Amino acid sequence: MLPYVSFCAVGHSYTTDKGQLIPALRDVSFSINKHEFVAVVGPSGCGKSTLLRLLSGLMQPTKGQVRVFDHPVTQPRDDVGIVFQKPTLLPWLKVTDNVLFPLKHKFGRITLADRVRAADLIEMIGLTKFAKHRPDQLSGGMQQRVGIARALLLDPDILIMDEPFSALDALTREMMGFELLKIWNDAPKTVLFITHSISEAVLLADKVLVMSEGPSTLAESLDIDLPRPRSPQTMQLAAFSEYTNRIRKHIYRQSEAESDAPLQAMLA
Amino acid sequence: MNAYLKMKYGVQPLLPALCLLTLLPVWEVICRVFEVPNFVLPAPSEIAQAFYDVELMRWVEHAWATLRVALIGFALSIVISLPLAIIMVRSEFLRKTLYPLLVVVQSTPVVAIAPLLIVILGSGEAPRLVITCLITFFPLVVAATTGMLATPPELIELSKSLRAPAVKEIWQIRLPYAIPHIFSGLKVAVTLAIIGAVIAEFVAAEKGLGYLVQFSTSYFKIPQAFAALIVLSLMSLLLFKAVHWIQRFYFAWSLPKQDK
Repeated sequence: MLPYVSFCAVGHSYTTDKGQLIPALRDVSFSINKHEFVAVVGPSGCGKSTLLRLLSGLMQPTKGQVRVFDHPVTQPRDDVGIVFQKPTLLPWLKVTDNVLFPLKHKFGRITLADRVRAADLIEMIGLTKFAKHRPDQLSGGMQQRVGIARALLLDPDILIMDEPFSALDALTREMMGFELLKIWNDAPKTVLFITHSISEAVLLADKVLVMSEGPSTLAESLDIDLPRPRSPQTMQLAAFSEYTNRIRKHIYRQSEAESDAPLQAMLA
Repeated sequence: MNAYLKMKYGVQPLLPALCLLTLLPVWEVICRVFEVPNFVLPAPSEIAQAFYDVELMRWVEHAWATLRVALIGFALSIVISLPLAIIMVRSEFLRKTLYPLLVVVQSTPVVAIAPLLIVILGSGEAPRLVITCLITFFPLVVAATTGMLATPPELIELSKSLRAPAVKEIWQIRLPYAIPHIFSGLKVAVTLAIIGAVIAEFVAAEKGLGYLVQFSTSYFKIPQAFAALIVLSLMSLLLFKAVHWIQRFYFAWSLPKQDK
């Protein structure tokens, strides 16, 4: 089967105001199959967000090619839904209108069918009672759920999530992870999930890509062979800790190169 | 007590009003006891008397002349500054070109330009509107530009990923996001509009509260000048509140929680 998304030797450099080239990604190659859930972990500043922008077509790589279903990505795609780190809802719109915003923004018209779809999405994220509330009346977790519903409105084939739960408290974060899996199970999407939590990555994904910093490149690609549906029990499996340890070692081995002695001692 | 007042009336207008009311008798007593000449500081009773001595219709006429210039100038300023802000948000090049020029215009004292404008534009309403406009548009441009540039970059990316036209990015995302900023700008600008109108009347006018202040002073009718001054401040205050009410009515979401 043809991979759904593929990065072929992708490199990207930013040009600063002074004309300097800052490399953000170097020689990244991987592929995602249709409806696969792929998580990307790595230290901050390793170009994870650059991956998001390249896949969504907001930026073009300076080297290599990003392909979606064997077509190169040359402009922003409609079939990509993005969930950002912060919910970034529009504070003047009610929950329903926030969810409908992509349609309103793109086409300017909302049909009855669209409203029904929005209501279904809001029911799915469990906020039907809050449909007429404004974002500032919702908790952080509720806001991010609205952000997810908004990303799902156009029924995208690809869902890109840029550290979507990192602003939430630990408990809400875990619950949101399982909710996301449930949504993904009901309406399968090809997911690229960017995170800096190793256990979150292992818990959610079919495949974890480990990024390294300076030069930012793909350090390892790890298939996660844990049974689905995943649950809190998954985290107690021996295989779960094996995976997380392996990724952790991988990330710290990179730090080792930068002579991060205390961390080594901790792991020893 | 305090909590009760806050609950019932909103403490905001009540406490300052009480304070002013207690000050008035003190002011009156000081003027009488020390026999302060009324051209130095007229007593409140003299100011009130001066207010009654002028016919109500005359007050309305003067107040309307000033209000008219202030409001039209203010409206013109909105019409000019919002598109200017949009242009500067859309193009970094124009922002870098125009912004320093705007700062130059802003840092030239309007009071000093006023006589020149009257010579250039004649003594009609035009120079008065231009003066009002000049003094009010800068805070508006700055507020609108800052607000639109403060839009979270994620929302702009969302707009780009939807390939929505630039007009919609401005209209549906950037402008609404700037509303809280724009309204702070409007609140500053609306009081400046009164100042602009008064400056213009100082230079050349035959009506208006600013004119009345100047006219009264030159005839040593100091209590009357004070009365005109009080009407001016009340008008300014009312305009400020009007902007606040408009914001609360149409854009309640943009107010901080305690103001809703």
